[in-house]
Amino acid sequence: MTCTDFLSQLTDYFDGQIEPKLLAEVQTHVRECHHCEVVLDTTRKTISIYREHEIYEFPTELRERLHAAIMKKCTGGGC
Amino acid sequence: MPAIQSPATEEIHPDVALVERAKKGDTAAFEQLVRQYERQIFRVAQHITQNREDAEDITQDAFLKAYEKLDQFQGNSKFSTWLVRIAVNESLMRLRKRKTSKTVSMDQDVQTEDGSIPRDFAEWRPNPEQLYGQNELGDILRKTIQGLPPGFRTVFTLRDVENLSTEETAEALGLSVPAVKSRLLRARLQLRERLSRYFKQKNGGAKP
Repeated sequence: MTCTDFLSQLTDYFDGQIEPKLLAEVQTHVRECHHCEVVLDTTRKTISIYREHEIYEFPTELRERLHAAIMKKCTGGGC
Repeated sequence: MPAIQSPATEEIHPDVALVERAKKGDTAAFEQLVRQYERQIFRVAQHITQNREDAEDITQDAFLKAYEKLDQFQGNSKFSTWLVRIAVNESLMRLRKRKTSKTVSMDQDVQTEDGSIPRDFAEWRPNPEQLYGQNELGDILRKTIQGLPPGFRTVFTLRDVENLSTEETAEALGLSVPAVKSRLLRARLQLRERLSRYFKQKNGGAKP
């Protein structure tokens, strides 16, 4: 497996949709290629850091105001 | 195995009943749907438009549109995916109106290879959370995703932030599954490359 082949399998790898044979090849490649090992690790961290951190606040005040506005528009003759 | 299981009823999402009630004019049912998804819709709109006021307007408009078109919802997809699709369309429309971005359609952005080929191979050690405080980390994450072309940003948001499946993301964006996968790979790699500027192990740092 080349580094380009590795990259082309990355999405399926993260989605857990990779075929067992290809998975074994990816794992072998990563053991042998430090660059791809880093790409795998840092891409995984990229995904998890965005998943775990709520980067835009949604304070209660905003939520209540939005909620009221939505319900007013939809049920108060706005629809 | 006793024949107790009923796969047909098992698969019905609780939203289906709420939508049915809402269709018949039950506003309490619709309000429950709003409560369930207002945060998600706001977050999607904010990620795509990168603008809080736009996100507020879009959240209202998306629910209003959903309410008006409730009869058109056939239940072939999840209600949440249908709603996200409305919000994505509203968000992209808003970006086009703002014209602050050159590329606002899901079809553009695809040609660019910028940042899609890994160039930075430094490890991220220590972990970013150990390197930066919560506020600073938030700034970095916002700034970095903001720099991504809208088409990539949208795919990344739905798939990786909102955790929609690849199929649901494709449905919400009107793209094929391979198209979503290709954009997702580029989005992830571009974000990785950009984040690496902040998170990579500095030269002369502690030896692993």
